[in-house]
Amino acid sequence: MTPAQQYWRANLRLVAGCLVVWFIVSFGFGIILVEPLNTIRLGGFKLGFWFAQQGSVYVFVALIFFYAWRMHVLDRKFHVDE
Amino acid sequence: MTDLQLLTYIVVGATFTLYIGIAIWARAGSTKEFYIAGGGVHPIANGMATAADWMSAASFISMAGLIAFMGYGGSVFLMGWTGGYVLLAMLLAPYLRKYGKFTVPEFIGDRFYSNAARLVAVVCLILASVTYVIGQMKGIGVAFSRFLEVDYEVGLAVGMGIVFFYAVWGGMKGITYTQIAQYCVLIFAYTIPAIFISLNLTGMPIPQIGLGWTMTGSETYLLDKLDLIVQDLGFSQYTTSARLSQTNMFMYTMSLMIGTAGLPHVIIRFFTVPKVSDARISAGWALVFIAILYTTAPSVAAMARLNLINTMEPAAGEYMVYDERPDWVTNWEKTGLLKFEDKDGDGRIRYSADAAVNEVIKVDNDIMVLANPEIAKLPNWVIALVAAGGLAAALSTAAGLLLAISSAISHDVLKGVFKPDITERQELTASRVSMAGAILVAGYLGFNPPDFAAGTVALAFGLAAASMFPALMMGIFSKRMNKEGAIAGMVAGLSVTLLYVFQHKGIMFVADTAFLGDLPANWFFGIEPNAFGAIGAVVNFAVAISVCAMTSPPPDHVQQLVETIRVPGSVQAPSD
Repeated sequence: MTPAQQYWRANLRLVAGCLVVWFIVSFGFGIILVEPLNTIRLGGFKLGFWFAQQGSVYVFVALIFFYAWRMHVLDRKFHVDE
Repeated sequence: MTDLQLLTYIVVGATFTLYIGIAIWARAGSTKEFYIAGGGVHPIANGMATAADWMSAASFISMAGLIAFMGYGGSVFLMGWTGGYVLLAMLLAPYLRKYGKFTVPEFIGDRFYSNAARLVAVVCLILASVTYVIGQMKGIGVAFSRFLEVDYEVGLAVGMGIVFFYAVWGGMKGITYTQIAQYCVLIFAYTIPAIFISLNLTGMPIPQIGLGWTMTGSETYLLDKLDLIVQDLGFSQYTTSARLSQTNMFMYTMSLMIGTAGLPHVIIRFFTVPKVSDARISAGWALVFIAILYTTAPSVAAMARLNLINTMEPAAGEYMVYDERPDWVTNWEKTGLLKFEDKDGDGRIRYSADAAVNEVIKVDNDIMVLANPEIAKLPNWVIALVAAGGLAAALSTAAGLLLAISSAISHDVLKGVFKPDITERQELTASRVSMAGAILVAGYLGFNPPDFAAGTVALAFGLAAASMFPALMMGIFSKRMNKEGAIAGMVAGLSVTLLYVFQHKGIMFVADTAFLGDLPANWFFGIEPNAFGAIGAVVNFAVAISVCAMTSPPPDHVQQLVETIRVPGSVQAPSD
């Protein structure tokens, strides 16, 4: 594989991993699994409700910064100079 | 004039002066400055501008009220309108920034080597943006008439004048710096009342945590108390009431997410940062600034609902005596957003889910945010600030949309297709003229809101989801996708979504023409029309991939273009 192909593969793997998390916290915890999760409490919150109204948003923010950081590491590894 | 009105004039006047001051300072001298603010905006500054660009009158004024009455079902807006940024940051923004031109249709035209594709993209962009901008224009007029008690038309004209000034003069450069100021105004205006209300009810100053805290002077959690009293009134439980069905919530959330990622006025904000890596980090900052409002909103929603019920029924079975109603109730009754009818003539107002005994005839969603400061008995300057915040939210989004529309006209249609040989100076003039024209058209639609105005914002997301997002994504992630596939996909996605919305809501939302009726029984898998963008996107992908398989692959130079937007040119083998 050429360095360009390696770089693109690594990018795709990273994006795929992040999107799995994106899907699980919102569609998974917030919608599909909301009822079983609601039996668990987080202080005054039912856990499923919390993911749907707050938790998923916090994870989204963290995910984008994680992605940006991993891409920064990838850029350095491949000596990318913008 | 009352003290409150005077104060509101002063606060709103001060913010408008600030916007004009920024406009005078930020004059655009080139097309690069007009379209992408010169391309040198700091990623954090762009994040803030994107947040204001994105958060509209609907986010600021209406969303918390919607959630207050929908409960858990309102989560579709919270997840949908934030989760789209994850898609934007990872699937679109960095690659489109790498491509490095001025508009979204320009990318579609180059990537699919066809002016026809570019024009189809312009049509999709204009349909989505114009429907969206009507809502903002209405928001400006309504905010003025409610807080400053001037006529709707006068308010709208003043708002148009302000946008005209900084958007025509400064283009993206003027818009960027005013959006940053507008973000600061709107976020203070949103969070300050929320902090006081949270303190009031739970003693916890951070509203996000207050929502999960115990009620002041009791061991009961706020949400448990709310669940209990809404059920006592006969409504479904706040924390578990889904929006129609799980399938519908799934599709609704998905439509809002991919619609968000595909809205051109948000995408072009990422063309203004210096580097590709800045586009990634800037999307993160944008979501931070958005999340401050979006995680406050569910707290405002639940707390405002609780306050409303407490006002209507201060103690169990003791309903509000109409003649002793609080001042804020009287004030909002005057606006028609709150209506009562003492059906049994006992002088008390009973709030109930049972329509036969319910005497609260109307509670408009918007009251939940607009009346908040008064309900929490906050000082007048906070109320004035909320007025300025609502206007900032509407103005900033309107300006962003208008720029997307005008740059599509001057850069894509005029320069790109019909008159490629005009000079830079002529194009700059053309962009100013088309901006002025776009403002006048938007203003006209604000003065004469078409019948379908109520459904427009939701429609904009459906259209962006079904047309722009799949085309952009396939343009980046598939080298094989050709012009035939992309054009067929966009047209199919757009048509299916429009058809579904029209068949249930009426052609152009004229209810009589809804040939299948607005009945859940006729909905495809019980999916409501507002949630149909995700299905439209699936149709777009399917049609594009099938057509592409039957036609010839794109030419080599296009495949080369895809390679350059995916991988930095300077990439070298890793040293380890």
